[in-house]
Amino acid sequence: MEMLVASAIGIMTAGGIYLVLRLRTFPVILGISLLTYAVNVFLFASGRLTIGAPPVLRDSMSSYTDPLPQALVLTAIVISFGMTAVVVMIGLGAFLGSNDDHVDDQPTGLEDQAEGKS
Amino acid sequence: MTHWIIAPVILPALLAPFIVLAARYHIGIQRAFSVAGVLALIVIAAALAWHVSDGSVLLYQLGDWAAPFGIVLVGDRLSTLMVLLTSVLALFVLLYAIGSGWDDRGWHFHALFQFQLMGILGAFLTGDLFNLFVFFEVLLIASYGLMIHAGGNARLRAGVQYVLFNLIGSTLFLFALGSIYAETGTLNMADLAGRVRLIGPEETVGIRVAAVLLLLVFAIKAAVVPLHFWLPSSYAEAPAPVAALFAIMTKVGAYAIIRVYTMVFPPDLEVTSGLHDLWLLPAALISLAIGMTGVLAAKKLDRLVAFSIIGSMGMVMVAISLFSPAGIAAALYYMVHSTLAGAALFLISDLVRTGRADLELTPQPPIAGTALTAGLFFTGAIAMAGLPPLSGFLGKLLVLDAAFDADLVVWIWVVVLSFSLISIIGFARAGSVVFWKAHGLEPSNVAASGVRPTTLSYVAVGGLFSLLIAHTVFAGQVHAYTTTMAAQLFEPRAYISTVIETQGKLSKPKEDN
Repeated sequence: MEMLVASAIGIMTAGGIYLVLRLRTFPVILGISLLTYAVNVFLFASGRLTIGAPPVLRDSMSSYTDPLPQALVLTAIVISFGMTAVVVMIGLGAFLGSNDDHVDDQPTGLEDQAEGKS
Repeated sequence: MTHWIIAPVILPALLAPFIVLAARYHIGIQRAFSVAGVLALIVIAAALAWHVSDGSVLLYQLGDWAAPFGIVLVGDRLSTLMVLLTSVLALFVLLYAIGSGWDDRGWHFHALFQFQLMGILGAFLTGDLFNLFVFFEVLLIASYGLMIHAGGNARLRAGVQYVLFNLIGSTLFLFALGSIYAETGTLNMADLAGRVRLIGPEETVGIRVAAVLLLLVFAIKAAVVPLHFWLPSSYAEAPAPVAALFAIMTKVGAYAIIRVYTMVFPPDLEVTSGLHDLWLLPAALISLAIGMTGVLAAKKLDRLVAFSIIGSMGMVMVAISLFSPAGIAAALYYMVHSTLAGAALFLISDLVRTGRADLELTPQPPIAGTALTAGLFFTGAIAMAGLPPLSGFLGKLLVLDAAFDADLVVWIWVVVLSFSLISIIGFARAGSVVFWKAHGLEPSNVAASGVRPTTLSYVAVGGLFSLLIAHTVFAGQVHAYTTTMAAQLFEPRAYISTVIETQGKLSKPKEDN
């Protein structure tokens, strides 16, 4: 179980970083989505993995899973979802405006060198 | 328990939807409510700062839940000062946006502005790391909207870079929070301070990773080299009033570093030893060097100002990474100065833009109102480069003075002084090209572009300068206050006990303690 979750986080993070380094809007957004999936699972696992235990206190139960990471991950999912929607819209606007989907500055402008290699 | 401390978060949060829903098509009503809201914020912030100036700590438990379980807002000297600084800066930025008509060049400027204020003020007041993340996201999502306000291709492209970089930063923040929670089981800063000390010397792998990740996140916000790449393009392309407001956003990162690394991971903690002096200080010196070199190398006025922001953040971070009471006191003094000077310079570069085709540093015919604008630029450049008589000089002296006890004192002195010289040359070159050489040209098409900036624009810039002058004249009092602030930061027991021991729902009854 731990191995499965850990390798899932690792593979998603690796894939996400690879895609982010592609420097075109679409792969970068996909990469950031993968990274947010990875971090969501990571946050979920930060309260330790417990199988088949409820997160809500009840009288008859003796073992619980930590409810706080579930609340944290819910917040994180909502925020990353909204942010991805925003970046898709802005990226689309930039692409339609300049017909170019490079994320980094292209060395055509005199003043635009050297910065912004996100 | 006073409720006033949550007002800086609630007030903009209520005003923004009101502006969107009720005053959508009436720029006049939007302006009136926005200015009224910011004025009210200033009054509240000043009252809060006055209230905690005796060293007490204000605590607000949301929903009356006790500290490690519920979210708390905490106001001490540092956070209330930052709240006051933000709201005063916001007033002048807002006046400039109204005076120059920037707020009317796109939709929802005032609503986004209020949401931005809500995020910044919340980040200064919160006492919980996850809540800090949420407020970071609030201020970021509002800043995405403000950044591309009024549109345009160059601005949208810079906006994409800015958003993507910050999204990666947010992901990193979540990784850091996950590791902290996995290691300690809490995200409340005061609670963390106690629990991090309890971690045994063999089990520090996770918390070390978390501390470094968290420092990286805050360093992205504070634009410390090599994590500064998002700043020059986005600040230069953002509308000038927005860039001026963004001058406080880098300080949010600096504030978070001061808060977390004096309370949760204090300098004497074994776990994070070496993080401050071995890594943060050289990085800060390099950002100072790169920022000031950028001032000399920039080919456009707005980019020059953006690089001067990086340089001044480098100076702030040098003082912070000393992590001594004198260093933090100097850092706080310089931080107030650099926020005001940076914002004023962004507004002045927009005053220049009003009369010119672009902001390239090439001689062009003189702009309308050139004498006044040139005078303001001269004053702003003196402030930013740290020449006497303005507060930049005093701030730099304080930083150099605080560095005497550091191991790298020679390096700090050499870098600060030599790169200040470079920035002076940079500002002098820009000023002479833009304002002086203009008079050598034939004033042929002046009438075509001779739009004078409005009086309100000048009033806004003049207001920022009057604050800078007050910051210089009352330097003794301000520095005495930042010294007490630093003392409070290095003696966080009052903060921690206020947060942990105040009774609320779910807290242990008194007799169990």
